[in-house]
Amino acid sequence: MENANKKIAKDIEGYLKEHENKDMLRFLTCGSVDDGKSTLIGRMLYDAKMVFDDQLAAVEGESKKYGTTGDKIDMALLVDGLQSEREQGITIDVAYRFFATEKRKFIIADTPGHEQYTRNMVTGASTADVAIILIDARKGILTQTKRHSFIVSLLGIEHVVVAINKMDLVDFSQNVFDETSKTYTELATELGIKNTYYIPVSALDGDNIVNESEKTPWYKGKTLLSLLDSMDISKEQKAEDFRFPVQYVNRPNLYFRGFCGTIVAGAVAVGDEITILPSGKTTKVKSIINAGDITEGDFSVTCENAYAPMAVTLTTEDEIDISRGDMIVHSKSVPRVSNSLKVMLVWMDENSMELNQNYDIKRGTAVVSGSFEHINYKVDVNTFKRKQVHSLGVNDIASCKMLLNQPIAADAYTTNRFTGSFIVVDRITNNTVGAGMILGVSRREDDLNKIQSNKYTDSEKALNQFIRENFPEWECKKV
Amino acid sequence: MISKERLTHLKQLEAESIHILREVAAEFTNPVMMYSVGKDSSVMLHLALKAFAPSKPPFPMLHVDTTWKFQEMITFRDQRAIDLGFDLVVHSNPKGIAMGMSPFKHGSKVHTDIMKTQGLKQALNAGGYDAVIGGARRDEEKSRAKERIFSFRDKNHRWDPKNQRPELWNIYNTAIQKGESVRIFPISNWTELDIWQYIYLENIPIPSLYFSKEREVVEYEGTKILVDDERMPEELRKTAKKEMVRFRTLGCYPLTGAINSTATTLPEIIKEMLLSTSSEREGRIIDKDQEGAMEQKKIEGYF
Repeated sequence: MENANKKIAKDIEGYLKEHENKDMLRFLTCGSVDDGKSTLIGRMLYDAKMVFDDQLAAVEGESKKYGTTGDKIDMALLVDGLQSEREQGITIDVAYRFFATEKRKFIIADTPGHEQYTRNMVTGASTADVAIILIDARKGILTQTKRHSFIVSLLGIEHVVVAINKMDLVDFSQNVFDETSKTYTELATELGIKNTYYIPVSALDGDNIVNESEKTPWYKGKTLLSLLDSMDISKEQKAEDFRFPVQYVNRPNLYFRGFCGTIVAGAVAVGDEITILPSGKTTKVKSIINAGDITEGDFSVTCENAYAPMAVTLTTEDEIDISRGDMIVHSKSVPRVSNSLKVMLVWMDENSMELNQNYDIKRGTAVVSGSFEHINYKVDVNTFKRKQVHSLGVNDIASCKMLLNQPIAADAYTTNRFTGSFIVVDRITNNTVGAGMILGVSRREDDLNKIQSNKYTDSEKALNQFIRENFPEWECKKV
Repeated sequence: MISKERLTHLKQLEAESIHILREVAAEFTNPVMMYSVGKDSSVMLHLALKAFAPSKPPFPMLHVDTTWKFQEMITFRDQRAIDLGFDLVVHSNPKGIAMGMSPFKHGSKVHTDIMKTQGLKQALNAGGYDAVIGGARRDEEKSRAKERIFSFRDKNHRWDPKNQRPELWNIYNTAIQKGESVRIFPISNWTELDIWQYIYLENIPIPSLYFSKEREVVEYEGTKILVDDERMPEELRKTAKKEMVRFRTLGCYPLTGAINSTATTLPEIIKEMLLSTSSEREGRIIDKDQEGAMEQKKIEGYF
């Protein structure tokens, strides 16, 4: 940082040139109140010199009022946002923080760790490339560690940094660090987490956060910040696995009809043979406008090719019907189109999920009506055990069969985060009541008529209600 | 072909913001973009031009004019509207004008409430907008760090921070009932540095108030403010001194503190910002009124 300041003072234009080409990394921090998660983030911002004097002065004042660290400045107060949370001393919602180094801009999703906030953690994890899991060195791997790791793997985060915190309270013991790392490796293997990294830290005093600690001479690895700075998070993607959910049809005049959207996978070039889903019609790419290239002076810049995650506008050779919610793909790599999907659903609403009730399902830019026909099993987030249930409450995670009223093009979540994910919106309250990841797409479309065919007479409905009210042990489904 | 190519952070942020703007245009019937003439608004306008080219942005720009903005802001605003041909809607609270509202007389709290918060509500009700695009960033203030990109507002434009809709991936829930609205913040994930770097890189026009020059300022409530017109009380004006100053944010001139500076170019501004030890909002008087001031204002409907 000191060097950076020198560079800034001496050659700002050179500095800006270097910083035009920074990468971006989004990470999630998982831990509970007493793990020192907010302290860790506060410490990172502070040591990375992202905290201004006036903010620090404000926090110093607040430390005396709400702080939990005695005379030291409570780093957690730098990040605990809402007044109500500060009073309670806990983080209850997802908060986003930012800082940058020479190499990268970082977006931190700071989420609460308690079980009742599982949905918040899922939310934060949905956009993260990396997760930092905090473990209290004195306590080792707890139920919550397992829960956090499960969510991280569920949301497809491939890189997990295990920060073994409060090393100062175990005399910076290498033994404790090694044992904890070993136990966690087993957990990571069980959950199929691809890459794990272990660091001994003390968030309170800043050991191995930004600066190397003198108290852990036995640790030869990187500090937390230098690891985040250098980690390779790029994913190999095949150009032909092009996925383009159509967002908006741009039609300024009779001569131009462009399809706007964000490329979520692969690449596209002028002349490419493309297929429109779900209709299956084919055409060729006539022109590509990369929105990023547009300037005030030139509204008609086009380019030869574009790749994810660019926001572009495509025009086609043939005038065929394409609208919002459709997906444009390469004709060489067409995903499955179906209305019957096997999904992993996270329920986020206080009102429980009812089988066969209609919800709005928003997948990418497509909104279709759909319902959950069957719960295959619910997963206990603490033990990973599977359980049979007939409805889902808030924070429940379950494998379900989802039936849509019309077919959509979809990939598995593990293949593509953006074409394999969806949210569930309640049609009366308009709340986001659930979020899901597509596990598999059924080949058959014959489930389409099923939803409409299940019509019950009033007496059948009354009988169903009677059974549900008087014989709950039968676990009869609602019709 | 296998590629591992990644976009730079600014290109990723730009693409994300464009995605958000297009989502608004596609999902709402009557959106509007807040245009406050500042640097963040300038970036938003630029992003909107990019998102919908070769068309013009399919929504108007709304400026809530408190009648106490820097004069240059108004000139700049009107020129931009002519140059770019966007629809500009300007609203000032007529009740406030009738009262002779003045931050010098009524104080920052009352002025901001009547001219900004109430003025905004009037403008939104009059326009019947179901989506209001704003330029707030999450790095500006602690209560903003938890706000969603698509942030739901009830019929009274109130924000309920404890009951926000979960927001996952890049999928935004845009469902509302009649009379309700959503505020959308496309540059949520940008920092002040990102904004400046982008302005520099894309050569985006901004008011000259951001650049340092010799200006007449007076000491007022612990900050330096510009002598922008004759409405400033006589006894204050008498104390005016010429100093090299610029502004880090633009708002109502009596409520916006100037900083001493020699920065006359964008790189110099960025240099000053990077080496500075105080945050951007420090010059804003409204945040200091009370602890949690911004959270309270936001609940009431402020941007």
